[in-house]
Amino acid sequence: MARRWIWVSAVVAVFALLGTIGILVLLNNINTRKAEARETVFRVADITEDTTDPEVWGKNFPLQYDSYKRTVDTVRTRYGGSEAIQRLDQDPRLRVLWNGYPFAVDFREDRGHAYMLVDQRETERVKQFKQPGACLNCHASVVTAFREAGVKAGIPKDDAHFMEAIFKGFEEINKMPYAEATQLVEHPVSCIDCHDPKTMSIRVTRPAFINGIRALAKSDDPVPHLPSLERWRQGDRKKEYDPNTDATRQEMRSMVCGQCHVEYHFAPPDKTLTFPWHNGLKVEQIEQHYKDVNWKDWTHKDSGADVLKAQHPEFEMWSQGIHARSGVACADCHMPYQRVGAVKVSNHHVRSPMLNVAQACQTCHNYPEEEIKARVETIQGRTKKLMDSAEDAVVDLIRAIQAAQAAGASDEALKKARELQRSAQWRTDYVNAENSLGFHAPQEAARILGEAIDFARQGQLEAVKAQQAAKPATQR
Amino acid sequence: MRQGWSRLSQWLRRGGIVVVAAGMMGVLGGAGLYTAQHAEALSYLSNDPKACANCHIMREVYDGWQKASHHHVAVCVDCHLPHDFIGKYLTKVEHGWNHSRAFTMQDFHEPIQIGRRSAAVVEHNCVQCHQGLIGGVLQAQTAFQDAHAGFRSAGDGSFGCVHCHRGVGHGE
Repeated sequence: MARRWIWVSAVVAVFALLGTIGILVLLNNINTRKAEARETVFRVADITEDTTDPEVWGKNFPLQYDSYKRTVDTVRTRYGGSEAIQRLDQDPRLRVLWNGYPFAVDFREDRGHAYMLVDQRETERVKQFKQPGACLNCHASVVTAFREAGVKAGIPKDDAHFMEAIFKGFEEINKMPYAEATQLVEHPVSCIDCHDPKTMSIRVTRPAFINGIRALAKSDDPVPHLPSLERWRQGDRKKEYDPNTDATRQEMRSMVCGQCHVEYHFAPPDKTLTFPWHNGLKVEQIEQHYKDVNWKDWTHKDSGADVLKAQHPEFEMWSQGIHARSGVACADCHMPYQRVGAVKVSNHHVRSPMLNVAQACQTCHNYPEEEIKARVETIQGRTKKLMDSAEDAVVDLIRAIQAAQAAGASDEALKKARELQRSAQWRTDYVNAENSLGFHAPQEAARILGEAIDFARQGQLEAVKAQQAAKPATQR
Repeated sequence: MRQGWSRLSQWLRRGGIVVVAAGMMGVLGGAGLYTAQHAEALSYLSNDPKACANCHIMREVYDGWQKASHHHVAVCVDCHLPHDFIGKYLTKVEHGWNHSRAFTMQDFHEPIQIGRRSAAVVEHNCVQCHQGLIGGVLQAQTAFQDAHAGFRSAGDGSFGCVHCHRGVGHGE
């Protein structure tokens, strides 16, 4: 046997050995992919209407649960973030704007969903001031607590009375002192708040939202982004609008968020959490409703004006924007679909789309990530500029009213200036409290801030006039 | 024992190694053929859209296509491969390699995005079918490109048909 043949054969043998290993690795990889493609859900745990603990749900839905747990992350974006920094130190004007209201004492950047309950329990706004149980609507997984309180108050505990018990418990817990009510809950927002444990379909569980959306349905504010409301308006209106039966799945993917990311107030006498949508979702329609029910959040310490505090009106602002109009739901950007193996799941790590541009934006917008980010930051930068002007203007107005008061101007003479402060401050705060810095509806945000600046400067003129009139003739 | 080893090496040197190498090549060939069959390799020579959806990453695109306006007139390859024989199979080889590599390594951008060359193929195929309709547009194409220079489709950096007509293939 020639030596050469031996060598050639040896090389061939080694090649075959390595090649076979490679092919078997590939075969294994193909098998893995094929196994991924078989979507399976294992029912490990039994889930009922009493299962509040998300960990139990997580046994059946590990992929969703994994991402849900990630809302503990704290990251900054260009204009927002989720680290609990003291915003009052960042923008001292806020202390002036909110003087006499708990927000002037403590206003920290909101962290992720995972912290909603602990952060509320430790804010100075709850520790130093008396707050009602109504706060828990949005700071805890509260469905089962509502239901149990309703059952305790005499509603039967069965499926037929499910919603009725929740509504009753809502009434009971709203008026409780916060310290007492917060002992009835133990988790931040959890699976059961948005999902039906039997069918897993998303659902609305908060009475305040159901009342609010019914009031909106009865108004005549056009809502092209909520077609099921428009349909209900055209019907015989015999039954109240019910999101859980009337809304489309795509609408529900915004409505579940709209249970909390909204403007609200605690209506007297029972601290009933109320969404002010009786005239419509726009800033001036909400303002009109507060006027109709004679509502003020507090009387401003420096100016004596009866003013309003806006709270995160995301659902309302989004409603005015182009994404809502195009049928894009909150979840499309804040919980975009992701592929895990072969399974398509909603990413339950609810967060800013700016931290997940590829999946949040590029599904529709075929531009590089940097370009998309730059576009968003352009909108937010412009809004920020306008918001700074508006805050300055309202602070100037407050100072002008103070000066007029010092000069002895009467309440009658300052009535107009104070009304204008209420309007200007409401609009400034509305954009400030809305978590998108204008992005959810850029032109609407600019319009609101434009009006705020206008009203504030008008008010300043009124205050100066009142001051002039109050001075004795010799000093004029 | 020692005797056994020396007899084995003797046998190998006398030509047994050829038998061993041939045997191992047989194992390699068998494993390769089995893997190719298991991976439905032959299906990729067909024009059947189901073959493209072998990879579950294409599932949504496949679902979308079934509801899209071109569903009755075009399958995947009608838009995504050149129509001439050589170009078609060369591109098949290129796509096949890229897709298999990406799907094995799992290192691709999500949502999946079309590459430059592939975008050019799609654009060319739009023109091939719709030539009669868009002759005037094509003549004005340079002016048209300049006017829309601000828009960039991910593909060849120009303003392609599917930039506006994006729903025709994969649905809305």
